Amino acid sequence: VVELLDRKLIFVTGKGGVGKTTVAASLALLAAGQGRRTLVCEVDAKGNLADFYETGPTKFEEREIAPNLWAMSMDTEASLRQYLSIQLKLGLMVRVGPLAKMFDFVASAAPGVKEIVTVGKLCWEVRERHYDTVVVDASASGHIVGQLAAPQAINQLVQVGLVRQQTGWMLDILGDPAVTGVVIVATPAEMPVTETLELTARVAAETNVELAAVVVNRVLPELFGRGEEEVFDRLEHPAAVATLDAQLGSPAEPLLDAARLTVTSRRNRTEHLERLRHAIDPAVPMLYVPYLFFRSHGLRATRQVADALSAELGY
Amino acid sequence: MADRSDGRASPPGGPATSIESLLASKEIVIACGSGGVGKTTTAAAAAAMAAVHHGGRVLVVTVDPAKRLANALGLSGFGNEAKRVPVAAFSEAGAKPRGELWVAMLDTKQSWDDLVRRHAPDTDTASRILENPLYQNIAGKFVQSHDYIAMERLYELHSEGRYDLIVVDTPPTRNAVDFIEAPQRMAEFFQSKLLRLLIVPYRSKLVNFASRPFYQIADRILGSQFLADIAEFFILFQTMYGGFVERARAVERLLHDQRTTFVVVSTLEAAPVREAEFFIDVLASKHFHLGALVLNRVLPDYLLDPVAGRAAERLVGAAAADIAASIADSVDADADQVRRVLYEVGDNFRNFRIVAGREAEQRKALASVPDVVATVPEMATDIHDLAGLLLLGARIWN
Repeated sequence: VVELLDRKLIFVTGKGGVGKTTVAASLALLAAGQGRRTLVCEVDAKGNLADFYETGPTKFEEREIAPNLWAMSMDTEASLRQYLSIQLKLGLMVRVGPLAKMFDFVASAAPGVKEIVTVGKLCWEVRERHYDTVVVDASASGHIVGQLAAPQAINQLVQVGLVRQQTGWMLDILGDPAVTGVVIVATPAEMPVTETLELTARVAAETNVELAAVVVNRVLPELFGRGEEEVFDRLEHPAAVATLDAQLGSPAEPLLDAARLTVTSRRNRTEHLERLRHAIDPAVPMLYVPYLFFRSHGLRATRQVADALSAELGY
Repeated sequence: MADRSDGRASPPGGPATSIESLLASKEIVIACGSGGVGKTTTAAAAAAMAAVHHGGRVLVVTVDPAKRLANALGLSGFGNEAKRVPVAAFSEAGAKPRGELWVAMLDTKQSWDDLVRRHAPDTDTASRILENPLYQNIAGKFVQSHDYIAMERLYELHSEGRYDLIVVDTPPTRNAVDFIEAPQRMAEFFQSKLLRLLIVPYRSKLVNFASRPFYQIADRILGSQFLADIAEFFILFQTMYGGFVERARAVERLLHDQRTTFVVVSTLEAAPVREAEFFIDVLASKHFHLGALVLNRVLPDYLLDPVAGRAAERLVGAAAADIAASIADSVDADADQVRRVLYEVGDNFRNFRIVAGREAEQRKALASVPDVVATVPEMATDIHDLAGLLLLGARIWN
């Protein structure tokens, strides 16, 4: 298995709300910290990648936001224009004015065009060796397959022409496991695990991109070790609670309730985690990121997740 | 919190004071919010409560295959065709519904096919559209097509008049407002001048002056077969133009109708709250009716109790050894072990108190909230049956 950060193009995806952007931002920070020239690209136009680095808004033109770290936001119209001018060597006429509008229109209507200019731009950055590592905060699990499979789809739809000629090298980059990989982010909960398993199957069946890792985010700590949970159970008996109340000089109930909530939640989440672990190919690394009690999504949280991933990757 | 009420429905015409009165006064409820906040479960719980307490025919439309939800409702599965939740499932949950609960899933491809068959001028055109490679791509894969078809299907279900209340779980969108704008965008798309310009050469065999350079270049880039596929697709689609635009307009009117309301669902994490705020603003600026805000998985209030906070500090502080020693006998364990357990109990409380504090800040950030705000506490286990759904429903009901 290729080391995760040795891959040049890493797509980070997962069900909405699992912390996909946190993981993408952290992986990029980690790669940059290792001295790799790193580009992090936000594909969905939510525009919150910048918050994870506490930096100004990101745009299509990449900007260096930290040493070795550049950030950009995908803009399919801008990408299409760049594509027309660099790849297809078409003049200015096509890129401005009514003709450009026409292309934008076709791009928004014809299937696969938006997807191909997105994936194409990222593959191009890799092919031109502008960066050592490109980390993509990719679309959520519902849409990622369409993007990764866009070159194949275009191959089927477009029989001849320059666009078709362009899909070959993209497929080479996407299909080379030494170069490209997908990271799926999940949390130990029912739907995220179910979607991860479905997505794993679809990525294998419908794309030529390899699954590079599964990141399990927000793993609750284990409160009690061997024998301690029985002691905790007994602490909840009325007599013990009364003693504890007297010792504390205030009700112990909220403290015990909060601990019970953690114990029960963790047990329930462990079941989902086990289901995930059993279904994922053992060769695919699973990386665990602990639940962050600060719940901030600023640079501090990004660093904490990067540290956790770094430890999991054995750095 | 603004959801304290006497639990009875408000007088007709007055603003709703609870989810109960909101559901009693509306025909369509659209649940929206960012991914992973519990929209599907909230929508199903609200619909189940309405079926139990208000009666009538209640339909919940979901976008996920949600096998577990199907099982929870006592069904083996459900598709584009609505299925009724068996009364037995309610009796098992200890509930006696006054009405009926129906469930349907949104199957994008099938809904598009139905739409084409309905609007195509004849069956030949319909099958040519359905066989066009571009159409197959659009209906199956094209991301934005989900947004439109979800609203279109809602219109269809509402106009059939079979249901007293329809609760819709919205599709995961790149942008939370995509789907409410989808009907308008669809109408604009079909009226676009560019679209007409694009298909002129294929209709008249006469490449007009304006589009000739486009075609020469497009041909080089895409090849003429693909261009012909595009043109055929658009030409065929134009035959549905009138029906389609009219339909998109009707869908838009329905979303603005006073019988329709939106319920924004969010957790109190930073990112979903930001999206909820954005959504609330968009609904207001576009004059949609915002009925309620449902805050999901909210940590319990006791975490913010300063007295409990001080007690937690004692369990992790210097006094802990004495406390452990005095309680060791009553829990039949040695003092060191008890001390470790008490430390974890205290530390866990401190950790979650920080999270609860953040949540309280986020709640304040939702400054311009609607009249009805319902809070669902964090639950340690998943909901996997109708009883669980009704329990959750009862939390938001009044």
